[in-house]
Amino acid sequence: MTADPSQRDISAEIEALHAGPAPARQPILSFTPYRSSTLRHPTRAPRRVDPEGAELFAPVFGHCDVDPLEADLTIRHGGVPIGERIVVQGRVVDGDGRPVRRQLVEVWQANAGGRYLHQRDQHPSPVDPNFTGVGRCLTDDDGGYRFVTIRPGPYPWRNHHNAWRPAHIHFSLFGTQFTQRLITQMYFPGDPLSGLDPIYQSVTDPRDRERLVAAYDHDLSEHEWLLGYRWDIVLSGPHRTPLDAS
Amino acid sequence: MTTPGQTIGPFYGYALPYRRDHELVPPARPGAIRLHGTVFDGAGVPVPDALLEIRQAGPDGVVPTVDGSIRRDGTRFTGWGRAGVDPGGHYSFTTLVPGGPVPFFAVVVFARGLLDRLFTRAYVPGPGLGDDPFLASLDPDERATLVAVAEPSGDLRFDIRLQGPGQTTFLTFEGTP
Ligand SMILES: [Fe+2]
Repeated sequence: MTADPSQRDISAEIEALHAGPAPARQPILSFTPYRSSTLRHPTRAPRRVDPEGAELFAPVFGHCDVDPLEADLTIRHGGVPIGERIVVQGRVVDGDGRPVRRQLVEVWQANAGGRYLHQRDQHPSPVDPNFTGVGRCLTDDDGGYRFVTIRPGPYPWRNHHNAWRPAHIHFSLFGTQFTQRLITQMYFPGDPLSGLDPIYQSVTDPRDRERLVAAYDHDLSEHEWLLGYRWDIVLSGPHRTPLDAS
Repeated sequence: MTTPGQTIGPFYGYALPYRRDHELVPPARPGAIRLHGTVFDGAGVPVPDALLEIRQAGPDGVVPTVDGSIRRDGTRFTGWGRAGVDPGGHYSFTTLVPGGPVPFFAVVVFARGLLDRLFTRAYVPGPGLGDDPFLASLDPDERATLVAVAEPSGDLRFDIRLQGPGQTTFLTFEGTP
């Protein structure tokens, strides 16, 4: 039986993969430092296809689906959650820079102590009775979204010995076509754990990887109330069919 | 520059699923069928932490663009649904069979261990499939992974294999960088 790899082992694997010839602008699905990917990445390349039919239409969400209060993760449970109150705000645009209007954004995250309200989370850090870490909103006419929340804590995981995920917020996004569907994670600037994290580092092009990091924005911070982060999201596409090319 | 994807991770289960997320129509509605199957990893083991979404036309071949997918009222067909797998890796949607010349369900798959989403199609089995240029361009074994299996009950079964023998054919769309 072999011992769990150390962070040093994992970091060496990451470094070797980053030295590869073509930096990847999307995560490498077979990124072996992320051990859970071993049996879960396709080994046959995807087939390129023109989107058609239902693929050309994103699902539609409206005010009947989302309560505006769902965008404030700090007010929904009777008391005030523990931690650093923040606002995360930005725009969702497509590859042509056009705003994605009135579309659903979903977020989920750990609490300030790095604990998820999920029964599989065994991290020995307290649950906060005033924080579930789940939010939703619809973008506005400019593609803008805004969540008030608590800065999540880093948390340990079992990828390797002494493995810690950098603080992050999970984001779920839709565009105007089904083909633009995206689930990703937002990170915080200057986190010393980001360099060690095989999930973040699976995007081997550094400029694309940095797109996952929010910027501290003092103009979004509010006097004696909260700190502001800005994070803009660029979806792929829209994916055109040959009929559009005229 | 496009924002990269990242894995859905292990802890989406208390955040993304919601009541009747997988019921595009109520099970009692006339014409309702199940689209269901199991997600397998490269060792043939069911994946207990995957989430699927589908987008589809109605029986009339028209893709609905109406809201109401989260607070389902039981009457409006929105053509979109979400289903997390159970501990045995099994998912199930209750829906209507899409219409049109070569009907399919557009499918997107997320899982812990999967660093970015995967797109595929679940075609409705029928005589028209032979005429589809995309399907015709595939090897028979690749094509077979994209066609749902009709069950005697009228339900459709569509298993997903992330890796290994019989791997599902996944898709990338023109215009993707
Ligand atoms: Fe997480």
